[in-house]
Amino acid sequence: MTNKAQYMTPEVKVRERLKLVFTGHVDHGKSTVIGRLLYDTNSLNRGIIDKVKKISAETGQPFEFAFLLDAFEEEQKQGITIDTTQLQFKTEKRDYVIIDAPGHKEFLKNMISGAADAEAAFLVIDAARGLEEQSRRHAHMLALLGLNQIGVIVNKMDLVQYDRMTYEKIVAEISQFLANLGLETSVCLPLSALSGQNIVEPSPELAWSNGPTLIEALDSLAKGTEDDLSFRLPLQDVYKFDDRRILVGRIEAGSIKIGDRVALSPGRKVTTVTKLAAWLARDEKTRAHAGESVGLMVSDEFFNRRGEVVSSAEKPPLVSQRFKASIFWMGRSPLIPGHHYKLKLATSETEAWVSEIIHLIDSATLDALPPTNNRVGFNEVALVEMNLSKPIALDLFSSHKATGRFVLISSFDVVGGGIITWAEDTGDVKYGFIHGQLKARCEVFEEYYYNADEMAVNKIAQEKPLYTIGDLVPLTGQSYVYPEFFDIVIFRDLVAVKIRAGQVADILPLSDYAFQGWPLVNGRGFGVMVRSQDDWLRAKADLATLTSENQTARVQRWLDFNTYRHIPIGVHDYSI
Amino acid sequence: MDHIQSLEAYSIFILREAKSRLGRLGLLWSIGKDSTVLLWLAKKAFFGHCPFPFIHVDTGYKIPEMISYRDKVVKELGLELIVHQNKEALADGMGPDKGRLVCCQALKTGALNDMTRTYGFDGLIVGVRRDEEGSRSKERVFSERNQSDEWDYTNQPPELWGQFKTDFPKGHHIRVHPLLQWNEIDIWRYIEAENIPVIDLYFTKNGRRFRSLGCAPCTGRIKSEASNVSEIIEELKNTNTGERDGRAQDQADPYAMQKLRKDGYM
Ligand SMILES: Nc1nc2c(ncn2[C@@H]2O[C@H](COP(=O)(O)OP(=O)(O)O)[C@@H](O)[C@H]2O)c(=O)[nH]1
Ligand SMILES: [Mg+2]
Repeated sequence: MTNKAQYMTPEVKVRERLKLVFTGHVDHGKSTVIGRLLYDTNSLNRGIIDKVKKISAETGQPFEFAFLLDAFEEEQKQGITIDTTQLQFKTEKRDYVIIDAPGHKEFLKNMISGAADAEAAFLVIDAARGLEEQSRRHAHMLALLGLNQIGVIVNKMDLVQYDRMTYEKIVAEISQFLANLGLETSVCLPLSALSGQNIVEPSPELAWSNGPTLIEALDSLAKGTEDDLSFRLPLQDVYKFDDRRILVGRIEAGSIKIGDRVALSPGRKVTTVTKLAAWLARDEKTRAHAGESVGLMVSDEFFNRRGEVVSSAEKPPLVSQRFKASIFWMGRSPLIPGHHYKLKLATSETEAWVSEIIHLIDSATLDALPPTNNRVGFNEVALVEMNLSKPIALDLFSSHKATGRFVLISSFDVVGGGIITWAEDTGDVKYGFIHGQLKARCEVFEEYYYNADEMAVNKIAQEKPLYTIGDLVPLTGQSYVYPEFFDIVIFRDLVAVKIRAGQVADILPLSDYAFQGWPLVNGRGFGVMVRSQDDWLRAKADLATLTSENQTARVQRWLDFNTYRHIPIGVHDYSI
Repeated sequence: MDHIQSLEAYSIFILREAKSRLGRLGLLWSIGKDSTVLLWLAKKAFFGHCPFPFIHVDTGYKIPEMISYRDKVVKELGLELIVHQNKEALADGMGPDKGRLVCCQALKTGALNDMTRTYGFDGLIVGVRRDEEGSRSKERVFSERNQSDEWDYTNQPPELWGQFKTDFPKGHHIRVHPLLQWNEIDIWRYIEAENIPVIDLYFTKNGRRFRSLGCAPCTGRIKSEASNVSEIIEELKNTNTGERDGRAQDQADPYAMQKLRKDGYM
């Protein structure tokens, strides 16, 4: 019991923990640096060390510190790290999770998996070789992943006779490159992992550096927090195991307490938190913070679902279906504009496509390049414009990391990741047609029925797809039949849509639309009764300037519900 | 939040992702400390409920106390338990004398894979941890197994930003690893902080205790005076031997676990 009381008391100082990734070009010594660090600080158990000793005895090779991490047979046989791993390590100051990342180009996706988990990074550079392709690419990936604590390690100083000039030249070059990425170099140091120089103890050979040892360099990195940001909780699920209805998710930013007004987006429905639920009474609390997995109970019962974002009512996320993003591509086949991918952002899943590749970014020079063949290839980085099939709640990456980044999936695989740099906030409006900048709402394919119990006409709630040029539309529903060729005029959004052979053939500004004799409907699927261009011009003038006084007359003059629509009887609870 | 609290929060996040994204789920319960912690975390994640069955792959060679403890807990907590055995291999006399890896392959991997198929699981929640051994240190939180239960460990999918592998062909399944980032000592600290009951094979008896539980013929006890959870924590702070050093199958070959796990071993 005394133990638990202590565990709960706030004045017990919580040890800090930092997640740190080691990156850099293949063979520059990342795994060796980590292996050496763990070995020299006695952080490994005997079993692992004995195993590596046994392997080197059997193969007649010298003891490889890298094998302490490169556990797969394939990794040891080829002498390279294939996949990322994590190990724990502590200094007097704090605890660390050390993440080893592969440097080989082929395994960039594994490097990203490791680095995406980190709060700070070291770039390891071979003193004899200097910056190489993956040194720069990794730096670029770190910037994209939002890491802003970057340390530089110049390793293998033994190969350059511990030469100060060599070290300084490399540091100047990489610092400049990092600065171009908007990153500050937090700390730099020379060392030799193989001979254990400057790891735990200051090295006499490297005395000129006056610099920190690796341990001191680790401890000099600062730890950030997501606690001060406005509240974000992407909904994972809604549980009704018993009479409680609990919204569950992990707090990604900010904090929440009982009584807070919260919004659920994209619908931006507002309600109040009544309880933070828990299995054990001792876990029930009045306030929760970033990183906690919680269960919220709220005062209003909306229809809630996974993918919505719970936020503070005053500072909700953006609601958008069009944004710009920097993306990195990990797919074997290239990204193709217009091709549909599944986009996963926090807990939401949406269909998405790239409408434009704005430019590629050369990872070596950071120059913006025009895309080759309008594609983004394996390991390439690009700035793109994305479109979604429906609006979702999101943030700019610069304001909220967790809700400002996403992955793309093609068939079964994660093929890309991205961070949102700009987004169009459409609030609660749901569009039905989109083409470039043109967007229009669409109730043409809504279904109505007569609800015999309530003696009222009801609309059937349904997912509304977003159509663009080339898409097929459903010409026949339960409560409507449209011809195969017709035009839609949407006055609210000043957009016209041409349907030809059941397909969206064009989406154009209403001002450019000319009546060509095709049947005409408005944005709700009512017939527009015009037979000539003259009729159309009059109808347009009338319907574009509706007021509460004139609207009944004008709507009745030009619109007809029954031309393509009818009201079937709903058979849900039908009784006479 | 301290370290243990953030481990707990992340594990709960993972369990809820599994529940939401995977179809038929089961939790592999080995009676040991890790899967006992998993059970506790599931109760927390699902507010006292357990929305999936527990599965025990019983090799028939388990330490007898484990089986009686299992049955006692299942009864007390009203758990839905599936016990699965490779009866055919056992009838044919399979045992560690046939070779340790052969035996593990048949009675654990074989039974596990057969069970997955029999019940049509899309996701199996397993309490493995990175710090246990090399091939586990490279694992993903959601780790795909193909229709033959194989792990393609040299080509694992990217796993970033809490976006796990939730898209996979029918017939494949996902091993969900909510404890991947826990260390052995974290497990004991959590057991202590939460006061979770564990089987008493972990506590010293005549100067020896089990540090890791498995099959009777292949699991050794370590020398220890630790008779309660806080003494185990003190002991672990000062040890530098491996947790699985007492597990014979691990020692059979430097890459034994990698080989076993490639074929579907947990
Ligand atoms: N001379 C020398 N060799 C090193 C040093 N650090 C690593 N190496 C060697 O460089 C090779 C690649 O190291 P490794 O850690 O696998 O590189 P990684 O691909 O960056 O993880 C191995 O053969 C190491 O022994 C060092 O400080 N000096
Ligand atoms: Mg390496």
